[in-house]
Amino acid sequence: MSFLSLIAFIPFLGALLLLFVPKEKVNTHRLIALVFSLFSLFLTLSIFCHFDRQNPGMQFVEKFSWIPQFGISYHVGIDGLSYPLILLTALLSVLSIIGSFQIETRVKEYFFWFLLLETGMVGVFVSLDFFLFYIFWEVMLVPMYFLIGIWGGPKKEYAAIKFFLYTLFGSVFILIGILALYFRSTPHTFDILQLIQNNRQFIGKFQFIVFLLLFVGFAIKVPIFPFHTWLPLAHVEAPTAVSVILAGVLLKMGTYGLMRISFPMFPEAALWFSIPLLILAFINIIYGALVAMAQTDMKKMVAYSSINHMGYALLGMAAFTLTGFNGALLQMINHGIITGSLFLLVGVIYDRAHTREINAFGGLGAKLPIYTGIMTVASMASLGLPALAGFISEFLCFLGAYSANSQHKIFSSISTFKFFTALSVIGILVTTAFFLRMIQKVFLGPFNEKWSDLKDMTFRELVSVVPLTALTLLIGIWPHWLISLMDSTMSSLVNFINGVK
Amino acid sequence: MIEHSYLIVLLPLLSALTIFFFGRYLPLKGAVLGICTLGITLIHSLGIFSMLLQNPSYITEISIPWFRFGIHQTEFGFLIDGLTALMLVVVTSVSFLVHVYSLGYMQDDPRFKRYYAYLSFFTFAMLLLVVANNFLQMFIGWELVGLASYLLIGFWFEKTSASNAGRKAFITTKVGDIGFFLGILSLFSLLGTLNFAQVQGRIEEGLISANTAGIIALLLFCGAMGKSAQVPLHIWLPDAMEGPTPVSALIHAATMVAAGVYMVARSYFLFQHGPFSLEIIAWVGMLTAFLAATMALVATDIKRVLAFSTVSQLGYMILSMGVGGRAEGMFHLTTHAFFKALLFLGAGSVIHATHTNNIEEMGGLSKKMKLTFIAFTSAWLAISGIWPFAGFFSKDGILEATLNSGNSFLFWCATFVAFLTAFYMTRLYLLVFIAEPKDKEIYNHAHESPKSMTIPLLVLALLSLVAGFLLEHSVPLLLSSQALPLNAHASSAHTYPHWLVPAISSAAALLGIFLSYLIYWLKAVSAEKIASTFSWPYRLLLKKYNFDEFYIYCIIKPADWLAQKLALFDTHIFDQLGVDGIGFLTVKLSQIQDWFDQNIIDNLVDIWGKLSLLGSSILRKFQTGLVQNYILFILFGFGLLMVWQLKINFIELLR
Repeated sequence: MSFLSLIAFIPFLGALLLLFVPKEKVNTHRLIALVFSLFSLFLTLSIFCHFDRQNPGMQFVEKFSWIPQFGISYHVGIDGLSYPLILLTALLSVLSIIGSFQIETRVKEYFFWFLLLETGMVGVFVSLDFFLFYIFWEVMLVPMYFLIGIWGGPKKEYAAIKFFLYTLFGSVFILIGILALYFRSTPHTFDILQLIQNNRQFIGKFQFIVFLLLFVGFAIKVPIFPFHTWLPLAHVEAPTAVSVILAGVLLKMGTYGLMRISFPMFPEAALWFSIPLLILAFINIIYGALVAMAQTDMKKMVAYSSINHMGYALLGMAAFTLTGFNGALLQMINHGIITGSLFLLVGVIYDRAHTREINAFGGLGAKLPIYTGIMTVASMASLGLPALAGFISEFLCFLGAYSANSQHKIFSSISTFKFFTALSVIGILVTTAFFLRMIQKVFLGPFNEKWSDLKDMTFRELVSVVPLTALTLLIGIWPHWLISLMDSTMSSLVNFINGVK
Repeated sequence: MIEHSYLIVLLPLLSALTIFFFGRYLPLKGAVLGICTLGITLIHSLGIFSMLLQNPSYITEISIPWFRFGIHQTEFGFLIDGLTALMLVVVTSVSFLVHVYSLGYMQDDPRFKRYYAYLSFFTFAMLLLVVANNFLQMFIGWELVGLASYLLIGFWFEKTSASNAGRKAFITTKVGDIGFFLGILSLFSLLGTLNFAQVQGRIEEGLISANTAGIIALLLFCGAMGKSAQVPLHIWLPDAMEGPTPVSALIHAATMVAAGVYMVARSYFLFQHGPFSLEIIAWVGMLTAFLAATMALVATDIKRVLAFSTVSQLGYMILSMGVGGRAEGMFHLTTHAFFKALLFLGAGSVIHATHTNNIEEMGGLSKKMKLTFIAFTSAWLAISGIWPFAGFFSKDGILEATLNSGNSFLFWCATFVAFLTAFYMTRLYLLVFIAEPKDKEIYNHAHESPKSMTIPLLVLALLSLVAGFLLEHSVPLLLSSQALPLNAHASSAHTYPHWLVPAISSAAALLGIFLSYLIYWLKAVSAEKIASTFSWPYRLLLKKYNFDEFYIYCIIKPADWLAQKLALFDTHIFDQLGVDGIGFLTVKLSQIQDWFDQNIIDNLVDIWGKLSLLGSSILRKFQTGLVQNYILFILFGFGLLMVWQLKINFIELLR
């Protein structure tokens, strides 16, 4: 059974079906969106039992020739790298759709774009052909543009255009890179696995140039400093559910691209790039955390904390160790879950109070105990408290970077990796500082009477957030089930990259 | 019994969760459940304790795999040896008494249920770290202890000072935890394991150098500095008294602050492998003991005095560790747990009766609160180090260890701190219980606390009296089971009579008590006068050596400033000038292109058209329609051709 195609295209079918439902039947639209995304999630989960954890290679592969003249095929498959991300995507899509039920304007269009977006996202993660990959990559972009531009905040058009242009700017580099690879390979092919197998054709300058081309494209998505400024704006202006997807899934496309494509295809360039990547990760961590600390808008704070958290993932990747890679991938998942729930929670308070200013609140802990509890768990997870998901992945990322094999030295005797990793740990401290400050200003202290008619979370809101909170705890306490999914793939990936040295 | 030691950790967790989610349906909102659970774990711990006392080398280690990554396997496990057993008893006994005591103290609190859930959770976290068989699990328990303290210190979160104190505790200890975290990373990257026994084994094999071991030990010690409130990370502890008083008792006695000392004792082999680290921690401990004792001299808040004394006593324990007195340090931790819990619970009882924290408003309470008074007396004598109370034995042990280490400066400093301790504790004791009541109204309203509060006090009073006797020999016995030979210094031959140290320490304590008696009871010298004579040091002490101000002005404000500037840079320079600037330039460029397109390129096209027009208008002139003209043109053309092709020179011909 062609599981993967179903997972990817069921939301698209839902989107098509929506077109035939009259505009006024708002609830039907919601139901269709929910059912189709749930179905996709169900299929993704059903793979869980059949997924072979020992097999580092591709599973559930489907391959048909598509445009043979140009070596283009419909080639999809998953391994330990992509499957956890698809799980994340399918889950966050369902929860975001539940979280978007309160959207009242142009509901039909909203869910149409949303389902199309899900197809694009899953598509990117399953594609094993560059042509297909690029199509899905661009398919993601258009729904996002409309979702931000129509249902966003006050500066939505500006944000949407900026997001679109910025990402497109990156895509162009990727396209050039893909074409360069196509023409360099013999026989000409767009097949990613084939290109990776024959990566010895790409030598010398060519390897470095194409690596950098793809890197720019992926770095914008992550986002890696200095390509990050689209992020706070897009996150803040986007409607809640879209921010969840944006932070939860779209950012992972960048790191996924690096791990799936850039690193194995150009191992020499990647290893050469290890120190710059380390420094970029360090900047992401410290810069992101410090800028987040200065924010007074909760959503913006969470947005900047994403830059910090993706920095941890980069740190794990920079070392090219198995521990670091496991940590990076786990961090990607955890960030999706934790930041996803943080955005949903910020949305909850914004829907009620119509403000996200940290200083506008105070003492809500007494009034909204459930909300306070869940928000505190999410914040604690985000600042890396043990027994919650974030800790495991941050620990692995730091450990991976700290035990890097790199012989590079700074100040003549100190290992560069140890030096920057140790400095990066300060990022945890800054993160702690601003999350605790936010909790204190919003939930603790004397109650601000202005909010005396605020209500605690509704059932629907709980349904959209609690699964994420539960997962945060589950991964924090028992991460084995998730790490075992990725371990063998990561192991073979790291060996493959390092084998060339 | 030992096989089921996981229950000791699991039960408080289950109780915490049950109370948190279902407390409202339980008798006394779950308090009964919490107390019973702790009772069971206490009995269990006592059982383990007695088993190990009979056979200290009976070490049990049980572990289950937690998660694997690559070739590495992490584990969750239990290591039950003498050290663990001792800590289990300390934690569960104090926690049990605090649970009972809180029944009366917190009875009117609207968040009573949540309080008990947090309290059980706090105990769980501490036990998790105590039974850990590896550094990672210890770190997890460690951080959860931090979380629990954050929740409990800031329990009355409507009070800004309480929520500030909670945050301060969390962040300050987190600073230390960064060191701990780096230490763990170093250990793992060097040795590939975090299991205590394996780490110890690999260090004995000489896998890492003495220098490296010492540095790692100091990194770990950073964590201990945070949790056990060593200078300069001690600042959170005095503020931590913002929480409910029983919580302070728990934090100051059994959980949280004990964690740091315990961690040093647990990873002592690392410190011993890099001995310079021991020297450093001895000095840190001494400095802490001294600074905190001096700060306690001037504090007027009853809980603050006790908090400073905790910091000071923790310094003592760390000093003991530093000079090779691992068993003595742990012994002091144990006795201190009993009398400090007693002091705090007693203080809680006093506060409950007087509704004030200020010792200068109290006085004469010995008549009103007999039981509290008796209990407090026991604690006062114990902490001052008067024979036969518990503090005498443990303090004496530390002083002896210090003297044995050969560093007489540290020894005299420690003795001086013992003197200071006796002095400020007597001051507190006199002002609260003995002196004339300052505020009649407070005095008249004072009353003895309910039984649930006084019984724990009396139990602890008894423990403060007898713990020294009972445990003097059993603690070293329990701790002797460590594989490495410990207490290298202690084995060195005594060159002084064995009564010397007890005599000196008793003299110091009695002198302190006497001096305090002179000043605060006989009023032979006015305290105010001393304060005004030494006004500069006095103010420095009142300001707690300006540590807080230092952090605010040298770290917090600059960090905030940097954050603000970076945020401005990010939005204004980076985004608006950089990214939008590029966008703007692109638009401008396209406008220029537009102009170029319209004016240059398009005009070029137009010019072409115009040229054709011009050309055709000229050529049109030739289209006259007259055959003669055409013939003339043909002739003319024919002529030109002849010139060009046949090279006929017409001009020559004509000539």
